[in-house]
Amino acid sequence: MNKSKYDVAIIGGGHNGLTTACYLAKAGLKVVVVEKHDYVGGAAVSRELHPGWTYSNCSYVCSLLRPEIFRDLELSKHGLQIIPYEGSASMLNDGRFYAHYQDHDLTYRSIAQFSKKDAEAYDRFGKDVMRQCKIIKPLLKMTPPDPTSFSPKDIMGLFEFAKYFAAKDELGGLGEKEIYDTIRFWTMSVRDYLEEYFESEIVKVHLAGSAIIGTALGPYSPGSAYVLLHHYMGEVDGTVGAWGYARGGMGSITKAMASSFKSKNGEIKSGSPVTKILIKNNKSYGLVLENGDEIYADKIVSNLDVKRTFLKVVEEKELPNDFYKAVKNFKIRGSSGKLNIALDDLPIWKSIPEGDPAGTGDLHITQNIEEMEGAYDDWKDGKWSQFPYVDMCIPSINDPTMAPQGKHYMSVFIQYVPYNLADGGWTEEKRLEFGKHVMGRIGNYSTNFNDIINHAEIRTPKELEAEVGLTEGNIFQGELTMDQLMFNRPVPGYAQYKTPIKNLYMCGSSTHPGGGVMGAPGANAAREILKDLNKKISTHYI
Amino acid sequence: MNKEKISYKKPLLETPFHKRTSEHCYANDWYRWAGYKVAKEYSSTELEYTSMRNTAGVIDITPMHKYEIKGKDAKKFINKLITKNITNIQSNQVAYGIWCNEDGMVIDDGTIFCLNENHYRIFCAERNLNWFCDTATGFNVTIEDISSSIAALAFQGPLSCKILNLLKVENIENLKPFHFDNYKLENQNVTISRTGFSGDLGYEIWCDPSQAIDVWDSLFKFNRDYKVLAAGMNSLEMVRIEAGFIQPNADFMSAEQALRPNRMRNPYELGLGWLVNLDKEYFTGKQALIRHKEKGPEKKLVGLDVEGDKPAVGSVLYDNSKKNIAKEIGIVTAAMWSPVLKSNIAIGFVNKEYYKLGSNVYAEIYHPEELDYRKIWAECKVVKKQFFNNPRRNAIPAFI
Repeated sequence: MNKSKYDVAIIGGGHNGLTTACYLAKAGLKVVVVEKHDYVGGAAVSRELHPGWTYSNCSYVCSLLRPEIFRDLELSKHGLQIIPYEGSASMLNDGRFYAHYQDHDLTYRSIAQFSKKDAEAYDRFGKDVMRQCKIIKPLLKMTPPDPTSFSPKDIMGLFEFAKYFAAKDELGGLGEKEIYDTIRFWTMSVRDYLEEYFESEIVKVHLAGSAIIGTALGPYSPGSAYVLLHHYMGEVDGTVGAWGYARGGMGSITKAMASSFKSKNGEIKSGSPVTKILIKNNKSYGLVLENGDEIYADKIVSNLDVKRTFLKVVEEKELPNDFYKAVKNFKIRGSSGKLNIALDDLPIWKSIPEGDPAGTGDLHITQNIEEMEGAYDDWKDGKWSQFPYVDMCIPSINDPTMAPQGKHYMSVFIQYVPYNLADGGWTEEKRLEFGKHVMGRIGNYSTNFNDIINHAEIRTPKELEAEVGLTEGNIFQGELTMDQLMFNRPVPGYAQYKTPIKNLYMCGSSTHPGGGVMGAPGANAAREILKDLNKKISTHYI
Repeated sequence: MNKEKISYKKPLLETPFHKRTSEHCYANDWYRWAGYKVAKEYSSTELEYTSMRNTAGVIDITPMHKYEIKGKDAKKFINKLITKNITNIQSNQVAYGIWCNEDGMVIDDGTIFCLNENHYRIFCAERNLNWFCDTATGFNVTIEDISSSIAALAFQGPLSCKILNLLKVENIENLKPFHFDNYKLENQNVTISRTGFSGDLGYEIWCDPSQAIDVWDSLFKFNRDYKVLAAGMNSLEMVRIEAGFIQPNADFMSAEQALRPNRMRNPYELGLGWLVNLDKEYFTGKQALIRHKEKGPEKKLVGLDVEGDKPAVGSVLYDNSKKNIAKEIGIVTAAMWSPVLKSNIAIGFVNKEYYKLGSNVYAEIYHPEELDYRKIWAECKVVKKQFFNNPRRNAIPAFI
């Protein structure tokens, strides 16, 4: 049995685990990242699952990654490049398409085809969402203060929180009126929110997509508007709300992080599943690997979701009852599927002409909010959606590294797919049937799609769970609803990256500010750990 | 609405004058205005500007937003929308007005044409369809965006009336400022208003897009005697600064578009208090405007007579002649060297203590000079915004 000793051991080499690792290594600590797979990346990976094609087989586009982290970790030097989106579109059943472009005037005209009022209202909507993003942006970097604590740190933290609302704009806050809007935005349904701006169904449904991605909520569910906001608060080169492709697939992000980590003398132990966190007297001191090896460390950090951490690798008896119960009740429902498709040619859409930038970003086929809500109803009934919401894109149009010349890679994200099917569990047969169903739906909008499919990887929440380790395959490591955000994420009283076990920390998307390839949970956790170790580093983020 | 099929290869619309404007636009330098292509400069901004102060200039103003207001509550609707009282407006009269949000912050300004008691047109710089429709709730009124169904030219300059007269536009010289009427211009039925953005004698000509080219050509018919130039947006910017006209999203952020609430401005801060009639029945923003008036503006948009000859573009304004102890008290929103006034003029916001006429403030001007910046600390005198106001502008009959 091998025994080795580190300052910090991090369980899981996802983007947050690697972010934490990089900052800690930067502070001169001896850090090891323990990863179950032979490759790092978690849900931000690029995998050649079909010869010649690279799949971003989980997460597929990038916006939320904090630019300060990009700089601090020197991800550019380590090979990362983001390619901005050129547009996006929804294809209509009547042969038309609705599109957004980089060009504001063109977008106006595109929307005005459906409604002049909506074309104008899109700017109003954009401004209001941007205001909310301005409020949220500084909160992402903060460790949520505990409102029940009377420690000076938490009182100051609450004051900081409040400051962003009450203060005038120089501080990022937006004045008293915005408090009303913020509370509404964080609690409303996306359908109600969009209804306040738009009259045209296609405008509403195109925008509503961001509110249901990865979420076990429908467009009529209260709280779904926040999820939309969550998808808008990222940026590409200062353009807030913009999305882009990571060149070489999402794995380029974690590959660059791993390379940055190694350049700071970090160590990655891949192919090493952790079976147990060693705890004595309510203090963690090490890990046990599947092969029996033990790793000792002063601080243990878990990049796994909160359920996996405390229900799988920590023994129940080590935990306070209330905490254990809260973890069990944490909502982390699987609702998404994914297809990764190798195409022999570019799809010809019935509506979007070849070469139109609208066809190079995210594409959708949902016709109206009712259809979207119907897709959610199917999920509640334990079935995959008959008319699923799909968020599909063809990164290989803009990224020359993803597929052989003349061929293409298509990523199809699917909402909704249940973790458990009502008519018995998932079987291989049902998985294939599900994939066929989705491809059939997409095929309706194209003249050649069905003939150019060379290979398809079909992933239900079961596969996402089994491979990535996300409980139920929930892409955010837990629903982004108000009861599980800010100082309640992941569970009340433990929002500051610490756990009831001394020296055991959390750094995954189960913690504030939540999911998306953002890196903020990882960087915030690193800051807390460094504070506890009385270590200081000077970076853009921390 | 333009029925032309949208293509990403052609993101911008062309106005009905495009055939001509593109022929005149030797500089091939275009400006985006409300999704249209209009000339920034045709050949020389200086000469285009001069035409508007010396003979006449022609500006394609088709992209201006145009809204048709019809119905038996049309006047009531407008009285709720804008801050001034138009109860006494007559047919063929034009009113200049501003509209504010509920907080009394200015959204936009525009000209309101009264066609008859139940029919108006509003012309403005920004898109306002949603705001107008929101305001129209409860009124018997229809609001239609007719922006693309009317072609429009500004014909501005001391000879503008003379040339229209030579073109046999009957009785044009007696059209009063802020009035309009229907005329025959070389066999075309057009509407002409005595309005404009130049602060000089000038007209705006409104016609059906199908007549656009003929109308354009007619204005250049006497070019051998009186040289008329097509004038671009750069030269329009110059004449409007001289005239002291302000622009949303240039001198202030429209309250509908400002992301930061403290960038919004009330009419008193913009020097537009004269457009607010607080005695009128309820209108949008009234309560807030009563408070704003009582409190007095914290800062105000003023004219500045700047020392020296280097335009104070984008300058920050200070309170002291000594740079090392000076405090920021304002900002310049528009600045230029005025060829007609031979003065260095600017429009800008200054804090409360400095907006009295005659106050002295100081601008830090970064003047580019052969790949280097000269930093100039220039004294500025607070003056009226209306730098240029020639009596011919309002003379009746107009000069022919």
